[in-house]
Amino acid sequence: MQLKLKVWRQKNAETKGEFKEYQVEANEHMSFLEMMDVLNEELIAEKEEPIAFEHDCREGICGSCNMVINGRPHGPIKATTTCQLHMRSFSDGDTIVIEPWRSEGFPIIKDLIVDRSSFDRIIQAGGYISVNTGQAQDANSIPVDHEDAAEAFDAATCIGCGACVAACPNSSAMLFASAKVAHLSKLPQGQVEAESRAVSIVNQMDEEGFGRCSNTGACEAECPKEISIENIALLNRQYFKSILSTEKEA
Amino acid sequence: MINLDAKIPEGSLAEKWTKYKGTMNLVAPNNKRNIEVIVVGTGLAGASAAASLGELGYEVKAFTFHDSPRRAHSIAAQGGINAAKNYQNDGDSVYRLFYDTIKGGDYRSREANVHRLAEVSTSIIDQCVAQGVPFAREYGGLLANRSFGGVQVSRTFYARGQTGQQLLLGAYQALSRQIHTGSVKMYNRHEMLDLVIKDGKARGIIARNLLTGELERHSAHCVVLATGGYGNVYYLSTNAMKSNVSAAWRAVRRGALKANPCFCQIHPTCIPVSGSYQSKLTLMSESLRNDGRVWVPKNMEDVVAVREGKLEPNDIPEENRDYYLERKYPAFGNLVPRDVASRAAKYVCDEGRGVNESGLAVFLDFSSAIERYGESEAIAKGLSTKDKSKIIELGKQVIAKKYGNLFDMYKQITGDNPYETPMKIYPAIHYTMGGLWVDYNLETNIPGLFALGEANFSDHGANRLGASALMQGLADGYFVIPYTIGQFLSNEIRTPAIDPDSEEFMAAEKDTQERLQKLMNIKGSRSVESFHRELGLTIWDYCGMSRNAEGLKKAQKKVQELREEFWSNVYIPGEMNELNPELEKATKVADFLELGEVMIVDALNREESCGGHFREEFQTEDGEALRNDKDFSYVAAWEWQDGEINLHKEPLEFKNVELKTRSYK
Repeated sequence: MQLKLKVWRQKNAETKGEFKEYQVEANEHMSFLEMMDVLNEELIAEKEEPIAFEHDCREGICGSCNMVINGRPHGPIKATTTCQLHMRSFSDGDTIVIEPWRSEGFPIIKDLIVDRSSFDRIIQAGGYISVNTGQAQDANSIPVDHEDAAEAFDAATCIGCGACVAACPNSSAMLFASAKVAHLSKLPQGQVEAESRAVSIVNQMDEEGFGRCSNTGACEAECPKEISIENIALLNRQYFKSILSTEKEA
Repeated sequence: MINLDAKIPEGSLAEKWTKYKGTMNLVAPNNKRNIEVIVVGTGLAGASAAASLGELGYEVKAFTFHDSPRRAHSIAAQGGINAAKNYQNDGDSVYRLFYDTIKGGDYRSREANVHRLAEVSTSIIDQCVAQGVPFAREYGGLLANRSFGGVQVSRTFYARGQTGQQLLLGAYQALSRQIHTGSVKMYNRHEMLDLVIKDGKARGIIARNLLTGELERHSAHCVVLATGGYGNVYYLSTNAMKSNVSAAWRAVRRGALKANPCFCQIHPTCIPVSGSYQSKLTLMSESLRNDGRVWVPKNMEDVVAVREGKLEPNDIPEENRDYYLERKYPAFGNLVPRDVASRAAKYVCDEGRGVNESGLAVFLDFSSAIERYGESEAIAKGLSTKDKSKIIELGKQVIAKKYGNLFDMYKQITGDNPYETPMKIYPAIHYTMGGLWVDYNLETNIPGLFALGEANFSDHGANRLGASALMQGLADGYFVIPYTIGQFLSNEIRTPAIDPDSEEFMAAEKDTQERLQKLMNIKGSRSVESFHRELGLTIWDYCGMSRNAEGLKKAQKKVQELREEFWSNVYIPGEMNELNPELEKATKVADFLELGEVMIVDALNREESCGGHFREEFQTEDGEALRNDKDFSYVAAWEWQDGEINLHKEPLEFKNVELKTRSYK
């Protein structure tokens, strides 16, 4: 299949970016990133600079890849990362527009690569259970309800790609943050720090320049791991419970 | 020859680790604050080590080339993690896990290390649960288990098909907590390009800031490498695109030894290659072999019809199918170890019975499991077992719960629906058992240089059992290195902070600078990728699933020639002093071109077949691996001296298990 690509090119954070057009021949069995590889090999053969993009596992789990394809983070197929998207989802003659994530919290580094270290800092602010190595009791001494474990798992499958932020009109990171809060607080082990965790995570999110949630639901729609927006409600409950508790504040 | 002292502690096998822990040297808390440790790599081994060392009070500097520690390739491990908990009451024990691992590794690993691994396995599960890893649970709230290849007990803990992700996030969160407290300083997007040795000890690294291209000198009292395996030497593998050997290889260039590099694991259940543009292969978890049955058609006319799309696999009657694993290995059936299952697939495809266009695929079929689960669901729900379509529907629901994400992934990649038609699978490179030579302390032959996880060689012998990589990575990081590092560091409490501006650091930086400059200046006509592809194909063809002396010699020459061409004809676009993914690739491929030759030399030297290393000249009448314990019961540790490759041997002693021919029949 013959495709026309319009790709965002930007040398670095200081220079202005622009769309550039390319022609590429692909076949339906290729993954989207393999199609990009083919284009890059052609660019290199012509001694042009290849398009810089983030990728690694190419199995939809590391969370590296991040392209906005035809206006949608990770492209047109539901619950699919860019690397798992295959060219059979496109047709001969299509024009495909490829952009990086765009958000104040994710400054552009080069071409399609953005800086997502803000997500690390959100986790560092409290996205963990404070237990040192070697302190744990026998694993089966903490029974966990089957459903609770399944719900905690569902929230924990977040890959930290940032599609939720890219999809959100307010650039809010609430889905990402709430997934971690929900994962940990649905388990008995995570209860102890549940309230303080919610507050520190929300504060860090604000500090990073992410916007507020206005319940548009775009994040859930575009999340490649189908993380539920219900987690945001849970985060809000915990956050308010914590800040309204005067004891904690003192 | 270098004397390779494994430093195995005294005492009976079961007591060694406990006694050793109780008597080893410690570093007092006030001294720990003044001791710096560099940890390179933030996968399971690296993140757990950095977090645990930080908790102990050491000043840790952790490095990853990724934009975040959470992206390390441990995240992609699917199936599970073994532990000798015996929660299922099915006869498991520390000894049995030890024995299975030694036997599974075809008697080419070190007894003491493997026993320690089995001992600490139980603490790993405790630790991970305490951190909030959401393992699968039974309805009573206790932990669930499943079976993996090469064993007859259920000791594998799992989190659907995403166990690696959940364990890595646990370690990443523990690491994040230490970063928050300031005990670990994290360097993202930094790639180690050289090891710095001062007065005979590993004292630092040269790292390239991948955003700016700037070289940086980082010093510490010791260096821990947890940089994974070298499976990407094959180009096509289940490894992530950026997984590489460079940190370990740079250590080899500075005098560390590479042990058993020819021991590479070929995983039997991967999605077959579909075209020349292919960039990587995708694994379908071994856990699928719990419920999937592997087969090819018995008759060639069916094979041809299937390939041409004229016959659906479901329309081939039972009697015309060859469930070759169940036929050849009735005791273990579809759950034979990975090396055995891979070779069996190769044999049926070599016979011409492969089921896709290229002839390199076999079926993995879930229809029996769907029916079986459907029936038991129907009975549980009090429904009639006569309604076939209802049973299939219920069965599919059970399969979806167990393997849903894997089935979805398969469908996305191939376009086929595995709930309706069998998967097509073929073996691919997945893991490397070989790695840096380490002693019982996980210290290499360079004092102060440690290697953890897949980056070392010590626990899996010639073949790794499923769900043991996660176990080893976390064992090394959480429960071994925090103790054994003290054996080295307790002698360093009077050593002041290492000066990163000293002569040795400046010289290493200059070396790296010149190497990068040289690469950039070649300005030839071939892309880095094209060299990598060619190298991978050569290694796969001659040093892959089966090997012979003639082919290996040919391959050695080819790799040498390719290396020469690389250094005179590679083209790297862009500049050195900026983000330059092609330059990053080039340094990796340059190192693979050297490692590849060492793998070939190792495979040529080892005139026996064991585990993943199958030399065609050494096989039994029915095509099974023929080991030679008399002449090859040793670790082959290779030294690289400016292209000269020298062998050093560590004899393996088996005092607790009897060396037997591995049989899964």
